[in-house]
Amino acid sequence: MKMDDDAPVIYGLEFQARALTAQTAETDAIRFLVGTQSLKFDNQIHIIDFDDENNMINKSVLLHDAGEIWHISGSPADKAVLTTCYSKTSENRVLTCAAVWRMPPEWESGSHESPDDSSNNPQTLELLCHLDNTAHGSVACVLWEPLGDGKRVISLAENHVLLWDLQESSTKATISSTATLEGKGQLKFTAGKWSPHHNSTQLVTANDTAIRGWDLRSMSQIYCIENAHGQLVRDLDFNPNKQYYLASCGDDCKVKFWDVRHINEPVKCLEEHSHWVWSVRYNHSHDQLLLTGSSDSRVILSNMVSISSEPFGHLVDDDDLSDNEENQQEDKGKEPLQDSIIATYEEHEDSVYAVEWSAADPWLFASLSYDGRLVINRVPRALKYRILL
Amino acid sequence: MSSATTPPDSDPTGRRQVHSMLKLYYGMNEEGKVESLDPCDINGPHFDPEVYLNKLRKECSLGELMDHESCTVKQIRSLDSDMQTLVYENYNKFISATDTIRKMKNDFKKMEDEMDCLSANMAAITEFSAHISGTLQDQHAQITKLSGVHTLLRKLQFLFELPARLNKCLELQAYAQAVSAHRRARCVLQQYSHMPSFRGIQDDCHVIMEQLAQQLRQKFRDGGSSAKDLSECVELLLQLDEPAEELCDKFLSHAQSRLEADLQGLEAELIDSLVTDTGGGLVQKTNPGSNPVSPSSSSTTNPFLSPTAGTDILEFIDRGCNEFVSNLCLVIASYQELFINHPQEGELASKKIPEMANGKLHVFVDTLAARYFSLVERRIQEEKGVGDNSLLVRALDRFHRRLQAISKLLPGSAVPSQGTEIVVRAARERIKQYLSALQTFYHDSLTDVRQALAAPRLSVGGASASGGGATSKDATPSLPELLTSLSNFILNQLKSVLASVHLFTAKDITFSNKPYFKGEFCSQGVREGLVVSFIKFICQSSRQYCESAGDRGGSTPPALLLLLSRLCLDYETSTISYILTLTDEQFLVQHHTPVTPVTALCAEAREAAQKLLNHYVKVQGLIISQMLRKSVETRDWVNTIEPRNVRAVMKRVVEDTTSIDVQVGLLYEEGVRKAHSSDSSKRTFSVYSSSRQQIRYAPILIHTFTCAALLVSVLTGIIKISLKTFLECVRLRTFGRYGLQQIQVDCHYLQMYLWRFVSDENLVHFLLDEIVGSAAHRCLDPSPMEQSVIEVICERG
Repeated sequence: MKMDDDAPVIYGLEFQARALTAQTAETDAIRFLVGTQSLKFDNQIHIIDFDDENNMINKSVLLHDAGEIWHISGSPADKAVLTTCYSKTSENRVLTCAAVWRMPPEWESGSHESPDDSSNNPQTLELLCHLDNTAHGSVACVLWEPLGDGKRVISLAENHVLLWDLQESSTKATISSTATLEGKGQLKFTAGKWSPHHNSTQLVTANDTAIRGWDLRSMSQIYCIENAHGQLVRDLDFNPNKQYYLASCGDDCKVKFWDVRHINEPVKCLEEHSHWVWSVRYNHSHDQLLLTGSSDSRVILSNMVSISSEPFGHLVDDDDLSDNEENQQEDKGKEPLQDSIIATYEEHEDSVYAVEWSAADPWLFASLSYDGRLVINRVPRALKYRILL
Repeated sequence: MSSATTPPDSDPTGRRQVHSMLKLYYGMNEEGKVESLDPCDINGPHFDPEVYLNKLRKECSLGELMDHESCTVKQIRSLDSDMQTLVYENYNKFISATDTIRKMKNDFKKMEDEMDCLSANMAAITEFSAHISGTLQDQHAQITKLSGVHTLLRKLQFLFELPARLNKCLELQAYAQAVSAHRRARCVLQQYSHMPSFRGIQDDCHVIMEQLAQQLRQKFRDGGSSAKDLSECVELLLQLDEPAEELCDKFLSHAQSRLEADLQGLEAELIDSLVTDTGGGLVQKTNPGSNPVSPSSSSTTNPFLSPTAGTDILEFIDRGCNEFVSNLCLVIASYQELFINHPQEGELASKKIPEMANGKLHVFVDTLAARYFSLVERRIQEEKGVGDNSLLVRALDRFHRRLQAISKLLPGSAVPSQGTEIVVRAARERIKQYLSALQTFYHDSLTDVRQALAAPRLSVGGASASGGGATSKDATPSLPELLTSLSNFILNQLKSVLASVHLFTAKDITFSNKPYFKGEFCSQGVREGLVVSFIKFICQSSRQYCESAGDRGGSTPPALLLLLSRLCLDYETSTISYILTLTDEQFLVQHHTPVTPVTALCAEAREAAQKLLNHYVKVQGLIISQMLRKSVETRDWVNTIEPRNVRAVMKRVVEDTTSIDVQVGLLYEEGVRKAHSSDSSKRTFSVYSSSRQQIRYAPILIHTFTCAALLVSVLTGIIKISLKTFLECVRLRTFGRYGLQQIQVDCHYLQMYLWRFVSDENLVHFLLDEIVGSAAHRCLDPSPMEQSVIEVICERG
């Protein structure tokens, strides 16, 4: 079993899928949530549990009958609570809505006993509240306040930023403040990220080729990187350890790193993918590790040492020094790490729209391609030890 | 008379025996002669007759005795006669001798008397003489005293007259006389200065000499006088105890003021030329001083020349050489004449004037030369026009040549080497200027190309449609023509630059045999600094086109990218090696330092070409993708009407692809396409079958130019990018029934026209299948259109 530790684990869904998230509040089990896209059948949320010991996957399925899921996001405070963005067709009009859901409490026990039956008789998500957006148009994504108490979310609807307060155990959502992006043409947010820094008072959004930063206290724009990418910006992520650093990716096949204090030029630019890059994620603990997924059906794990918070490798604690003299010697022999691609994962056969690090295990990540294939991979062990030791 | 008694022994030895016996008699014993002690020797002194007789008697017979007796008697007789003869002879001699002695006795007596008389006379004379001296003594002393007084008086007179004389000399400007006169009197005056009268004279003299020195100094300062005058002046001043150092300083400062004037003239010219430059005036300065301009410099007024309207650099340098440098040389020469080579006499020699003077001269020359050099450098820096290099080279040559004169005059001076450094710097600067000129030229040519490309934008399309009308080609240059003209322009420019730079190493230029110009200039300067840098610049700027265009929305026209990529490729295949060979041959480059090899440059050019081509694919792909994306995103696919036509976007896509095909085909040969199935355009789509078909989107990178399928791979890449975009966009939308059908129609249309451009038509099929499949998946009411209807619609256009 240990031999196969680095081998990817593949799980296939019956439906096409775009939405993937790690269960943020869950820190013990390695758990991912996948939302499916189907116009004809009832959509589902697959809860993928990865058993690290046995290298096995346990799944549970919850029914999401509101519509096909475009975006999914788990509450950072309550692991049973999540939001989805789903499209709803009514009167020949397609509208993407957002809602807060609670998983039924029994899903865990039921799934273990008869995993095969779960598809036959899946349990349904319990609706907590809608993030009513009829006035603002289709929702692109919903963002939870990072490290928050699960009471505040932001939804990006067309060209509006809506900040919601969830009250009464998330059963009531009220808009506490809004901001609107004004400008020529049809402006539409494509992606956003709530910054975990600055007391969670900052938000960054992407529309077309521009990246904008917002101050949530005044709901006003604080910076704008025009033409951040040659084409559409698809995704953003904050460096978890460096408050001004931000990664973005887009249709120009590039991944760019920004220092938002100097927005004229990117700090760094990667051009490894041969088609649109749909998703970019920093590792939550080791910010040199960066994951990108692209519609060239590849996932690339990069090691961006030079712009990480640990540019010279992990600082060795005193305890470690006394523990192992040999290790120390090896450390000295090592050269400083260079920015490099660690691995290119080619298990997918269709466009990869989402990649996500596990919330529980910093060395593990999942990627989801349109054909419904979920692949769980690990950071190569050699690199892991190199970073740790 | 013993000899008479002793009988002579034998006749032949008789005379000697006689002689010796005489000697014996007179006691003149011959030393060394061993007397025989034999008593039997009848001639010996110890002869004993008894012993002899006894012996004879004992030994001899009677006969023998008889014989002996007769013999002896005979000998005795002859001896007797000899004796008689001798006595007779000598008697006469005795007589005469006695006579002589007597005569002498008388003579001496007479002489003695005369001597007595003489001594008496002498005594008288002595007495007289003493008497006379005694009487003359007083008078003599008086005369001596008088004569002493006389000379003293003469001296005093000289002294008293001195001031007047000096004055007169001064009037007559006979300075030398005055100085020598004063010199003679100086010591005396000094010695007796305690006496008031002398003090007066001394003071007078001082005043006069001061005046004289003043005049001399004045004369020296005026400097208008000839070198000989000056030297005399200096000499006199030196003799007047004027400190040599001060003189040197004065001389030099005087010379400096004149040279400063020259320098200021130059500087003024410099500023003038600046002013006229900026003003663009046509003031042609007439140069009064410098007529010996070489005949070739008539070309300085060449209208083809760079627009420096003022004096050109050759005139400037000429003026500098003729005025400043030659004056400087004169100053050095006369200074050396005066202070250094001048034979020093007496006390002056001890002052080590030459060393001091030499030091001063060096400092003087160095400071002035530094100012001159800074002016020259400023002027050289202004020489920015790269039109005609020969002028600059000739100017530098003259500059350098003239400085050699200083090195001859002043062997230890650093000035000539500094001059050489300036020349080297100028050459370096020149290379840089040429490089930047080439670069701007390159940019300008590219701008021209860009404009040319912008103008015939329609004609390219038109050419593609009409198969290339001759008229449109005549009106505006086609891509290949642009390429050839561009590369010819660049090459010619580079060649002319090389020719210009080559002047630096011409045989008749003095500095061309300096080690810098033989080695480093050729290899590091021209080859690396100019040619290689330029080639690298081309590659680099080409690469920049790839980078900047991607971010800023493709400001570079794609055709330019294509053109540049072909240019780089041509460079890789032939041009680079040609240029470098040309350079190496022209400059006979001997590589002491490592130089960039041809292969490295070729690799760089190739890389640039590849990058450009890849970028071209990306840009063109992007243009088509954007069209497709906008068309998918902006439409309401749920509520669309039943399709009657192919959407205009699709026609546009096909048109653009065709024109790209033409464009690329103009520059790159067409590759071999796969044989197409005859019914490839009629292939039908199955809406569902492809839903699970695996399709991998592989990156399109063109790796080899030797591959004949280059054109095809370019087109394949563009089409792949476009269709992939189409697919992704479709996946983000939801379709109604007619939406799906419209996609079906569009895809069929694309299928009909795009297959011909790609190497593997299956690729197009796959992607189009995937698009239709995805659209079907995202369709709320998936009821596909009849294939026959689709075909009809598509054929209708």
